[in-house]
Amino acid sequence: MLSELEKNEIGEVLAHALPGQDMSIDVLAIVQKHRGWISDEAVIDISACLGTTPSNVDSVASFYNLIYRKPVGDHVILLCDSISCWVMGYPTIRGHIEKRLGITFGRTTADNRFTLLPVACLGACDLGPAMMIGETLFTKLDEEKIDHILKEHGWQP
Amino acid sequence: MAAVITKPLTQHIRPDREPLDIKAYEYAGGYQAARKALAMSPLDVQKVVGDSGLRGRGGAGFPTGMKWSFVPMGPDAPRPKFLLANADEMEPGTFKDRLLLEGVPHLLIEGMLISAYAIQAEIAYVFLRREYYQSARVLLRAIAEAEQANYLGKNILGTPFSLELRLHQSAGRYICGEETGLINSLSGRRSTPRAKPPFPQFVGLLGKPTIVNNVESLCCIPGIMQYGPEWFKSLGLTKDAGTKLYGISGRALRTGLWELPMGTPLREILEDHAGGMQPGYTLRGLLPGGASTDFMLPEHLDTPMDFDAVQEAGSRLGTGTMILLDDHTCPVGFVHNLIQFFARESCGWCTPCREGLPWVEKILQAIETGCGESADLTVLEDHCRLLGPGYTYCPLAPGAMEPLQSALKYFKQDFVRHIEEKKCPWSQA
Repeated sequence: MLSELEKNEIGEVLAHALPGQDMSIDVLAIVQKHRGWISDEAVIDISACLGTTPSNVDSVASFYNLIYRKPVGDHVILLCDSISCWVMGYPTIRGHIEKRLGITFGRTTADNRFTLLPVACLGACDLGPAMMIGETLFTKLDEEKIDHILKEHGWQP
Repeated sequence: MAAVITKPLTQHIRPDREPLDIKAYEYAGGYQAARKALAMSPLDVQKVVGDSGLRGRGGAGFPTGMKWSFVPMGPDAPRPKFLLANADEMEPGTFKDRLLLEGVPHLLIEGMLISAYAIQAEIAYVFLRREYYQSARVLLRAIAEAEQANYLGKNILGTPFSLELRLHQSAGRYICGEETGLINSLSGRRSTPRAKPPFPQFVGLLGKPTIVNNVESLCCIPGIMQYGPEWFKSLGLTKDAGTKLYGISGRALRTGLWELPMGTPLREILEDHAGGMQPGYTLRGLLPGGASTDFMLPEHLDTPMDFDAVQEAGSRLGTGTMILLDDHTCPVGFVHNLIQFFARESCGWCTPCREGLPWVEKILQAIETGCGESADLTVLEDHCRLLGPGYTYCPLAPGAMEPLQSALKYFKQDFVRHIEEKKCPWSQA
């Protein structure tokens, strides 16, 4: 069931749709903003709301990198693994985060606080290595900085 | 006045990137170009941009004026027409549009207003990658200001022309940056590319005439309108016109972005602006314009960085943001990282790309970890041809092959060493 808040926000988006424009990406983003991820139930509810099929919504949802079809933690860490960050020491940074959180790419910590995912080039190549948590970009990462950022997000050694 | 403007893209960007609000932008001369354009006929605006010699800054270098000239004009043209700003900056190593989006949003809006007027588009979108949250915040504020000042909306500045500017935040996929993929994504579908023809100028978003231009290209338009095509041509050092945002990432002393005359020699960018290599690091090669360009070598340092000269040096100017390969970095690992990106971002629509890229990625992984065989090099070379131009639906796989084919040419010995020594010579173990 979509919540009233979700329905209102979706209604707003649909009101601005152009004739023939499918707003599934925006609608998926709205539902994910409230729930963190897109469950099978959410796919069915969204398809009913858009007047399309669940498979159609899922084909879109599963295609895009930033729509999550599995549950994620409170904070999704998007670690840039593209070339400029790789040259500037991404493997060390990745190893350090994995050691600190005890998870690898695609996993969520047992306390459900962090999910770690790779992300394509964040466009901060002159300041690499870089990562994002939520809407915040972190650059020039080193091991000390990682510890500080993780602590700020509730990680306890 | 015009003679002293040498950095039309970045002149109003402050060091802290705090963008000018609309009052400050207007005070600095902003929106004068739009006023001038709106007093001309759309076709005259197209002609000015065509005469300027502006070539698309997204990587392909297609002449912007020519792109526009195919849009159906006049009262019988299909409506609505669309102008889409490609702000889906996901090419690895590329960080130039972010500077313009965050630092001078009104320049993009003014460029979009003039461009939309030139093709008589009534709806425009900025197609922005979702990770650029700061750009979204800055743009939304600037769009609201421009609406308030009637640079957007109905009957702009008392003329019959109206334009609605919207922001779309993408859900993330490299192939959204391909113009027909971008159009599909904006229609709410998977961003698989479309067959061309029909070209987007005739059948684009929702079946209507559509122009997709890169952010940096659109930001060149106000200057061209205000100071004229001859001024724009005079900015370039070679026969390519204008300025270019050049960037350097990797082991340079000072990484960053610089707006310089088009055709600035590579050596000047690397040595004068980036300060050369970090102490202890030697340059072995570089990708001149993002991940999907061929390597250039230290022997190419005197190349003027324009579209034609870089092509003559065996590569492409691409986005003009360079990634350095230094002597402490393994070339095989470097190329493996690139191919891993392309394999992951392949949309899966056409077989050579969907199946070929993961194969190439696995072979490179094997060579990098000391499990490669000499026959693997033949397989890699075959893929450079079979994933090259003409075999795939869009330029993703051919782009992926550019750094691989040039690495096989320039760093062959390093591949061979991995295979013979059964390990990566750069690995610590």
